[in-house]
Amino acid sequence: MASLWEYANPLKFMRTTDWLLPVVAVAAVVVTTIGLVWGFFFTPDDFRQGATVKIVFIHVPAAMMAINAWVMMLVASLVWLIRRHHVSALAAKAAAPIGLVMTLIGLITGAVWGQPMWGTWWAWDPRLTSFLILFLFYLGYIALWSAIDDPDTGADLTAVLCLVGSVFAVLSRYAALFWNQGLHQGASLSVAPGTRMDWAYKAPLYICMVGFGLIFVTLVLAGTRTEIRARRMKALVARERMA
Amino acid sequence: MPDLGRYALEVSLAYLASLGLIGALVLWYWLRGRSVRQQLDEVEKRRTGNG
Repeated sequence: MASLWEYANPLKFMRTTDWLLPVVAVAAVVVTTIGLVWGFFFTPDDFRQGATVKIVFIHVPAAMMAINAWVMMLVASLVWLIRRHHVSALAAKAAAPIGLVMTLIGLITGAVWGQPMWGTWWAWDPRLTSFLILFLFYLGYIALWSAIDDPDTGADLTAVLCLVGSVFAVLSRYAALFWNQGLHQGASLSVAPGTRMDWAYKAPLYICMVGFGLIFVTLVLAGTRTEIRARRMKALVARERMA
Repeated sequence: MPDLGRYALEVSLAYLASLGLIGALVLWYWLRGRSVRQQLDEVEKRRTGNG
């Protein structure tokens, strides 16, 4: 079996993603469409939340991917710092805009759901606040990449920022447990017995979560390919200038 | 279209905003990818042309 480290070779990565990317992209479209159509059209209203329960099929997968994207960036950054594989640094860079948009979707859908259910668009609740800080970290991470011309220095500094921001990614996930206060409820899904959600909602929600995960993988692969090409172009132009 | 009752505006807004953001993100990745690929092709062509 091929070692994972083989994909640190940009050529090998490009060759593999040539066929893998369309497969994952089609799977992402199909799975997300099934999940959202099922959730939006074929789930009953909740006795307390009414039709707003349908927002969960976007809110939970987006919030999950907002945190998971940062975790993926953290792993990729650690690989860069320890083993200096360029592809991992470029994959982290490619993942950031996706995480940013997922965080924004989580914040918007949470606010739209919160207004009729909590009576407010926003509260300085631990989970909401840590999510807002995570959003700001994403902005800072993207800004730092674009502010530094040298790609290796950019990768080093953004990797350090990613390590610091991981505190807020963890807080975003567990804030509702750390501080037993605020408006935001605990996890919607749990492996513990007596779990809160009925399968009428849980089944389409799981499908949406897989769909959003596939959207993330598709865009990370596509974005990493673009970053590899951009890096090669930069190197070629620099070589031309020196000749 | 399902009957969303009194929350039609909230639910529609959440879906439209989210799908719009994801659509814009996909479009941005695609356009940037295409633009970088074209630029790289030009540089490589120039390089091959120069020997």
